[in-house]
Amino acid sequence: MDLKRAKVGAPSKQRIGRLSAQQMLRGELSDPELEAYVEQRLLTTTLEKAQNWARANAVWPATFGLACCAIEMISVVGSPRVDAARFGAEVFRASPRQADLLILSGRVSVKMAPVIRRIYDQMLEPKWVIAMGACASSAGMFNNYALVQGADKFLPIDVYVPGCPPRPEALMYGIIKLQKQIQGEPDLGWRERYRAEGTEEVA
Amino acid sequence: MPDATGLELIARRLRKQIGARAVVATSFLRGQATLELRAPAVGDALRFLHDDSQEPFDFLASLHGCDYFPEEPRLGVHYQLLSRERAERLGVRTRLRVEAAEVPSVVDLYPGADFQEREVYDFFGINFAGHPDLRRILMPEDYQGHPQRRDFPIGGEPVLFTHNEHKLPRWYE
Repeated sequence: MDLKRAKVGAPSKQRIGRLSAQQMLRGELSDPELEAYVEQRLLTTTLEKAQNWARANAVWPATFGLACCAIEMISVVGSPRVDAARFGAEVFRASPRQADLLILSGRVSVKMAPVIRRIYDQMLEPKWVIAMGACASSAGMFNNYALVQGADKFLPIDVYVPGCPPRPEALMYGIIKLQKQIQGEPDLGWRERYRAEGTEEVA
Repeated sequence: MPDATGLELIARRLRKQIGARAVVATSFLRGQATLELRAPAVGDALRFLHDDSQEPFDFLASLHGCDYFPEEPRLGVHYQLLSRERAERLGVRTRLRVEAAEVPSVVDLYPGADFQEREVYDFFGINFAGHPDLRRILMPEDYQGHPQRRDFPIGGEPVLFTHNEHKLPRWYE
């Protein structure tokens, strides 16, 4: 008797595998079968986690190159060697309205800074910025009147990628770091992330 | 390239046409013929070299500004003329004081001088009289000063090296 009950209590894996969602919804499953079915087929999580997982794996960068680093940035998407499509970051959007990620690929001149800021402001939340290379991070070797000494003077930057220029692998590593950050962080806009409430522009 | 004699002949024709004081000096150094002119005469002299001369220079290869600080007069404008017919090059130079940094524009003779004169104005503050649209070309419109002058601060931020780590204030922060 014990043996028989055990058989009924834990249905075999093959049987669970054959059960369909239709049977479950019709209520045709017995209680132990239903429990085993739910354990095998469903995954419970929070909405935020699911959202962040989706966001992290569909980071769309803006089509925006500043200088020589842009060539390395292009080879992240364009070459099969470092294929950004494997991580959902291959769709370079031509409009900032559709982009999630701004890659500052090159030196930021004083004249270009307001343009970059406008592009950043046009992007929709949530949005992230990668400073690619020494110049965007700290003006690199251009310690002079013409360049902004690090793009973080006018933008919140999430990931800094060092190098002059960084290899495509380095940029890919930066994007993966950013994806980890997106999944790990609670769902916050950059003002909350950087405690910059109260800096909204009022037109 | 006009040789040393050719350069002297050009200078003589210029002196006859524009005025005896127009040409300050001539130099023929390492195969390069260069005329040094007084600044107000530059417009007439280039017009003569462009149109009326027996050996016209019809192409302006480049136009530069220069700062010779601490020499006086400090600023300089260099023109490199080219005759495409004879494949000859001629340098024309002029020197200006900072207080009176103005030369006649040559855009009407050489349309290619347009952006180059704007660049020299942008970086050295040299005024080109008669330029149709003399504005900044590379620096932002509201930029203060002319950054390629030798007395302009280089800008940027102090960089921490081992030789100056104790001289920079609060370097450890």
